[in-house]
Amino acid sequence: MGTTSMKKVKDRDFNYWKAQHLLNRAGFGGTPGNILALRNMGPEDAVDYLIDYRDVETEAVLPDNFDSNIMKPRSGNERQRFNQARQQGNETALEEFRKQRQERQRIDRRQMANIQTWWLERMIETPRPFQEKMTLFWHGHFAAAYRPIEDSYHLFLQNQLFRSNAVGNFKDDLVHGIIRDPAMIKYLNNNQNNKNSPNENLARELMELFTLGEGRGYGEQDIKQGARTLTGYTYRDDEFQYLSNNHDDGLKSIFGKSGRWDGHDFVEMIFTRPSASQFICEKLYRYFVNDSPNGFTREQQSVIRKMAAKLKSSKWELKPVLRQLFLSEHFYDEDNVGAVIKSPVQLVIQAIRSLRTPTRNLPKLNEACALMGQSIFHPPSVKGWEGGRKWINTSTLFIRQNILLYLLTGRDEGSRAWDRGGSTEYDATHLVQHLEDIEGSSTVQDGIVYLLRFAHPVAAPDGKRIDEWVEYVNNRGGRFDNTTLINILALITAAPEYQLS
Amino acid sequence: MDDHNTTPWSRRLFLQQGATLASLVATTPLFIEQTARGMMLPLGSLVTSQAGVPEDRVFVVVQLGGGNDGLNSVVPYGSSEYYNLRPGLALQAPGRGEDAALELDGVQGIGLHPSLRGLKELMDEGSAGIVQGVGYPNPNRSHFSSMDIWHSADTNGKSDGWLGRYFDNTCDGTPNPEAGIAIGRQAPLAMQGRTQMPVSFERSELFRWMGTDLDQNLESPYETIAKTPHAGMVAEEESQAAFLKRTTLDARISSDRVRKAVGVSPLVTYPNSNLANQLRMVAAMIRAELQTRVYYVTLSGFDTHANQATQHARLLEQVGDSLLAFQRDIQAQGNQGRVLTMVFSEFGRRVAQNGSSGTDHGTAAPTYFIGDMVHPGVHGTHPSMSKLDQGDLVHTIDFRTLYASVLEDWMGADSSGILKGNWKTVPLIKT
Repeated sequence: MGTTSMKKVKDRDFNYWKAQHLLNRAGFGGTPGNILALRNMGPEDAVDYLIDYRDVETEAVLPDNFDSNIMKPRSGNERQRFNQARQQGNETALEEFRKQRQERQRIDRRQMANIQTWWLERMIETPRPFQEKMTLFWHGHFAAAYRPIEDSYHLFLQNQLFRSNAVGNFKDDLVHGIIRDPAMIKYLNNNQNNKNSPNENLARELMELFTLGEGRGYGEQDIKQGARTLTGYTYRDDEFQYLSNNHDDGLKSIFGKSGRWDGHDFVEMIFTRPSASQFICEKLYRYFVNDSPNGFTREQQSVIRKMAAKLKSSKWELKPVLRQLFLSEHFYDEDNVGAVIKSPVQLVIQAIRSLRTPTRNLPKLNEACALMGQSIFHPPSVKGWEGGRKWINTSTLFIRQNILLYLLTGRDEGSRAWDRGGSTEYDATHLVQHLEDIEGSSTVQDGIVYLLRFAHPVAAPDGKRIDEWVEYVNNRGGRFDNTTLINILALITAAPEYQLS
Repeated sequence: MDDHNTTPWSRRLFLQQGATLASLVATTPLFIEQTARGMMLPLGSLVTSQAGVPEDRVFVVVQLGGGNDGLNSVVPYGSSEYYNLRPGLALQAPGRGEDAALELDGVQGIGLHPSLRGLKELMDEGSAGIVQGVGYPNPNRSHFSSMDIWHSADTNGKSDGWLGRYFDNTCDGTPNPEAGIAIGRQAPLAMQGRTQMPVSFERSELFRWMGTDLDQNLESPYETIAKTPHAGMVAEEESQAAFLKRTTLDARISSDRVRKAVGVSPLVTYPNSNLANQLRMVAAMIRAELQTRVYYVTLSGFDTHANQATQHARLLEQVGDSLLAFQRDIQAQGNQGRVLTMVFSEFGRRVAQNGSSGTDHGTAAPTYFIGDMVHPGVHGTHPSMSKLDQGDLVHTIDFRTLYASVLEDWMGADSSGILKGNWKTVPLIKT
């Protein structure tokens, strides 16, 4: 039985492997050099360095990184000409309009693909890994998919909402922000929610998926009434717009109270419910600590309750909760090491950041993530990605193994004969350079054990496997030349344990 | 779900079979492993979950991506509006020259595109049926949205896949790794359920770890990576590592099985085309008796906005000839009683041709069914050619009616849970 202690991990216990665990979870892993630097900071400075990243310089995200005009609605003048053509049954003119629209949609889909690879690159390069890791968390939590939205710029804005408030205030920044977010308003049809014909979609998901959890402290009546508070919450161009004419300002009765509430009041009332702190902490726990594929144990529930209490006492500020978590003895407990299955994005980004392979080709990595079940900006539903064991099946496993081969060698299924010499611009030798610092030794056996431990978050590597792989290296001359090292990494990344973080 | 416990993919049976295979693979030489595969229960001997429906039935979906032009596939040559609205694209009535529509026995006013010779042969011998005017209310003319609607059987298009839900409803938690196989890079939404994900591959030779291409000597150490004392037996609360090892082993077994099946030469000659090649692999896997109930193949390119005639003819020739070769193969295998094929597209095309000798996105279109158990002939009502909705056909039958019929009468499943509603079945399958 592991510890549920939220007490601070002792400085002397914060060794190389614990620093690696922190960097894997609160980021996308790192090289031996990164890990050593973090270990040398000691636990508190290391955690603060990662999660309180304000002072870490990073490339700014600017509104004009992408084109905001592609899917702009028709101007008044255009609308007039379109309506005219429709009334007159002018097929030629209508066809012209349709063609223009299809062309804009085509360009917008291209921009969406560019935003995908832009974000992947940012995750690969960022000096603030925790900010991107949280952005990815919020994207899965407040999940909105491109297809019904069909406006890549709105999804870029939403992504930026998550990034700017990655460790902000859950209630004030994120939940109040999301009900005013154009992409989410469109995705959950709130632009069609008006006093004469309410649409319940946003009100329902706001409670079920964003704050309280399904059926946890609200009923169908609260959804219906909540929907009325959100009437008139829509958007114009790229901004939130409140249409008072569409808003139902009558009395609403929610959670047994009544008043002339609007969407702001509705959110505030939701946050008086007990599961508002509990539900989000369960998701954070699954994301950062343990997939808990068989449900939470009593011990895990007790940790989650402590997190929830902290979130409430900090008035929904996220940083204190996460700081406490990442410093806790519980977080570093061996039950929680290797207890999370990497998401496809985590798999790819962590491989590049920790093994330092070349990035190769971003669209190809993006496609691989989609094939593995995580196409960013295309979550399968408003529920986001279920994650955990759902990532893994017989098809995705081979893709997971083969995309690592691609990163290591640059060879893909398109290139016919793989170069037996393993010629590649990837220099893997940096992975074993630190060996002497850590283990004080450099035999083949030590090298294999170290690499396995570096890439597999399991305490004791399998003895038979080590023997066999040592033999493989010995048959190739008994030293870690670059090609041998890459071949060993091919095996290490194909092993089931590599899917774990 | 207790009453589904006797289906072939119930957890218990699957585990028994899986455990036998898994533990043997980990320890025995190849020839014994192959014998183990042979020992798997023959599909026909398994008990069914619904009276009268054998469990060994296979459903093959052929998706025509881009919006196949229904009016130039199943041709309403009896309609004057057809000729008025498509002066440059309409096909002549049967008998009027070489490029005229093909006549269907006993059917007046409706014929087939001249390139659909293969389909006509199947129609003539009574092993194909065509349902006319298939669609859904408030048709969506976006490729993606309409495809999502067909895949999810949900007009919001925001749900998981209808076939995925079928698997979820008939398996009790432990997915069968090969229950659904899709040919293509990405698994179609239709096959994705909550617990069930299909196997998908573009080329069977890529459905494997490719590390041995780097160095053949990696084969032996790779062999051992999934070996573990706990492989085979599945504890209720297995560890993450044990779960991953088990799935790695499953993947290896699936990979071997699929690649072995597909490597066998077919019993008939297939044309050399994309769709034929996919269907050839499907037939090979059916012949090898994989425990797969649904196969999914896709052919794209039907978005014929400009200069439609030549392109469309080539595509339809590929469709007809591939379907014919596939059916002949299935018949040669003696499997014609257990394979049903459905051919659909996300929408048909606009009735009037456009200014570029093509057609734009439309609505209702025919759906095709092939198999010895299909009620042959042309079914349903052709949509009115005069009462159009904004220039488009109005559907006469909802596609979910067809899904319900396939689920109930072919797969032996209760359709209401899977389709989230009660859809009346139509007599599509001989029961």
